[in-house]
Amino acid sequence: MKCGVVTFPGSNCDQDCYHVLKSVMGQSTDMIFHKDTFFDDDFDLIVLPGGFSYGDYLRPGAIARFSPVMKSVKKAAKIGKLVLGICNGFQILVEANLLPGALLKNIDLKFHCHDVYIKVMNNDSPFTALYEKGEVVKMNIAHADGNYYADNETLDELEQNSQIVFCYCDERGEINENSNPNGSVKNIAGICNVEGNILGLMPHPERCSEEILGSADGKRIFESIITYFERRYACDSRN
Amino acid sequence: MKVKVEVFFKEGVLDPQGKTVKNALQHLGYDEVDDVRVGKVFTLSLKTSDREAARKRVAQMCEKLLSNPVVETYSIDTVEETR
Repeated sequence: MKCGVVTFPGSNCDQDCYHVLKSVMGQSTDMIFHKDTFFDDDFDLIVLPGGFSYGDYLRPGAIARFSPVMKSVKKAAKIGKLVLGICNGFQILVEANLLPGALLKNIDLKFHCHDVYIKVMNNDSPFTALYEKGEVVKMNIAHADGNYYADNETLDELEQNSQIVFCYCDERGEINENSNPNGSVKNIAGICNVEGNILGLMPHPERCSEEILGSADGKRIFESIITYFERRYACDSRN
Repeated sequence: MKVKVEVFFKEGVLDPQGKTVKNALQHLGYDEVDDVRVGKVFTLSLKTSDREAARKRVAQMCEKLLSNPVVETYSIDTVEETR
């Protein structure tokens, strides 16, 4: 599997993602500069990392979505490559209309940097196949604009298509107002597109992929992706 | 020509900044304040004197970049003709 991690001006989790993919997961990984473009087939997984692309000026992700690299990301997504947007990467994906809805300022207007519990709502996805459905995992959040919003019509579509992948919950898995750190509708922490090959989430799986860092719950996202491509390539070689 | 663009959250989208400012005003004794919406203002200086053309171009700018049509609305005003 070939991975690419995009660096926008202001990205600050790109090296963490690179480290996890390359050193923890042992995958062939390249950094991609935001001004570069790439061929559809160059990468199986493209990660849009966390940070403050373009200083979060105007709206988080609003300017980064016009970076040249995003044209390649869109084309790669169209032919079924996987795109993972983490935190600011999620914000870029909604601004680019690759995922529905919007990410607004946290309801308490504060920057939240702490661990949260999230529930796996959909494990029928290349990103989450190794989790149990309904499993409660611990990941870190660090954002000021993670308040997911979508109108009712869009929310209905998200539910009907099982596009809600992660929801904030408490340690026991209860999804309620108290376990919602930022005001997101329906406690949404992560969603995917209808096709299932683009995932955006506010929590940082790359920060919890090694036990020494307090949790390795995020590692299974990367393991799921690797398993997905191993199977896909095994099928391809049989055909 | 100078053009003023205002961007606000759509009705129905919660505006936590507006809510916080409203509470602060009420705490200061301005009980008549019923609602506050916080928005953004952009002043654009354009190298054109064609009002209609400018308006069309600025509307495009709003749709593409200055506002997020998912949650925001915009309004455009020509504030000053320069020559």
